[in-house]
Amino acid sequence: MKKLITLTVNGKSHEVAVEPNETLTDTLRYRLGLTGTKKGCEVGDCGSCTVVMDGKPVNSCLVLAMQAAGRTIETIEGMETEKGLHPLQEAFVEKGAIQCGFCSPGMILSGKSLLEKNPNPSEAEIRGAISGNLCRCTGYQKIVEAIQSVKSE
Amino acid sequence: MMAHFSYVRPRSLKEAIGHLAENGARVHAGGTDLLGCLRDQVFDVRKVVSISGLSAMRGVEQVAGGGLRIGALTTIAEISEHPLIRKHYTALAQGASEVASPQLRNQGTLGGNLCQKPRCWYYRGEFHCMRKGGDVCYAAGGENQFHCIFGSGGRCFIVHPSDTAPALSALDAQVEITGPGGLRTMPVENFHVHPEDDVLRETWLERGEIVTAVRLPAPQASLKSTYRKIRARRAWDFALAGAALALELDGDRVVDGRVVLSGAAPVPWRSLLVEDTIRGKTLDDRTIDAAADAVVKGARPLAKNKYKLPLFRGMIQEELRRIHQSAGADG
Repeated sequence: MKKLITLTVNGKSHEVAVEPNETLTDTLRYRLGLTGTKKGCEVGDCGSCTVVMDGKPVNSCLVLAMQAAGRTIETIEGMETEKGLHPLQEAFVEKGAIQCGFCSPGMILSGKSLLEKNPNPSEAEIRGAISGNLCRCTGYQKIVEAIQSVKSE
Repeated sequence: MMAHFSYVRPRSLKEAIGHLAENGARVHAGGTDLLGCLRDQVFDVRKVVSISGLSAMRGVEQVAGGGLRIGALTTIAEISEHPLIRKHYTALAQGASEVASPQLRNQGTLGGNLCQKPRCWYYRGEFHCMRKGGDVCYAAGGENQFHCIFGSGGRCFIVHPSDTAPALSALDAQVEITGPGGLRTMPVENFHVHPEDDVLRETWLERGEIVTAVRLPAPQASLKSTYRKIRARRAWDFALAGAALALELDGDRVVDGRVVLSGAAPVPWRSLLVEDTIRGKTLDDRTIDAAADAVVKGARPLAKNKYKLPLFRGMIQEELRRIHQSAGADG
């Protein structure tokens, strides 16, 4: 039986009716139309469904929508401002850190969370922060460079 | 596709225990293991009891006598970053930092890490194996490269997947359990079930009981603890071989110590043979070589996991050498 919950997504409050066995990934994609959050492995291996919940990156495929009730969610759609793309998004474009693009939302959110906590990370810290995000194009080097380029600005 | 279930989010521990005493109820904390099991239909579930609203079960506090009490809902990330844990209970901080991926460490809880289900692909797959009530262990004669070398009882060849449990066992921690009958504690060392005692369960929790906290004894300045995990990739993977060591040192002489292996057995595997080999000894080459012999003594590898023997030998040698060197540097 569906239940009504309140989710705060990208600063906006939404009332949505969700099933008990519905994941946050599905709620974001199919009920709120936020398809920037990708569905990959659905078991927490690939990180393509990464969102930031209460300030921390999590795999939304392993979060029940009901568990996210009342919490603050940030998705890739929330990064752009009226000034345009977020500097980290710009850096991904600039450095060619996007190939097929499927891992990019998760990679960018993991990278952004790192930079907020640690504005000047080492290469090892960057690699650690994105270690839960798989890139099947194996474009890791450019992704690391993109995150590095933002820290040095 | 995930099974259908009802979902409750109790406001008190008592209410949660009431729900969990029902047939088909499962506890839900971080959910990183539960959701995978539900998706793979490893077990049936009628009701998911979310305990994430029980905020009293989250956090680390110092207790009288100098020990620490870690609430079961404390996340793995919080444990790996906690200054007191990093300083006094290094093996636990290291074990926590080696769990899975950053996302999973933000979601997963300590209680969940202790109570997680095995990762054997037959158990997670469609096979009605011995651990699911069947008659056969498919790993025994099948794909068993990641399976155990100790403690199968000839019945089930899983390895326990936790990185925090071996560290807690080495540090002589106690697990606090709350259920319909009230509160009880037991050493983490005895919390997991050997297949020969009961192949159908992984912990000694009774119906309606949950882990509410873990208690660590007061830190000792002479205690040096480490956790080492060897795995194929730097992220996500479970241990191929691992060890938590907590040694009480006098210079570079081992006064006493506990050594608990991961990736070795269906439970975190306390290696009494290694402990007996190093107790009272200086960590010289002879002792370290004897410890390498001891760590694999009595091991019964399967057709595809014989590689674990040299891995455990080399790992124990490296860890003891490192402890010897840092003891020398301190002294």
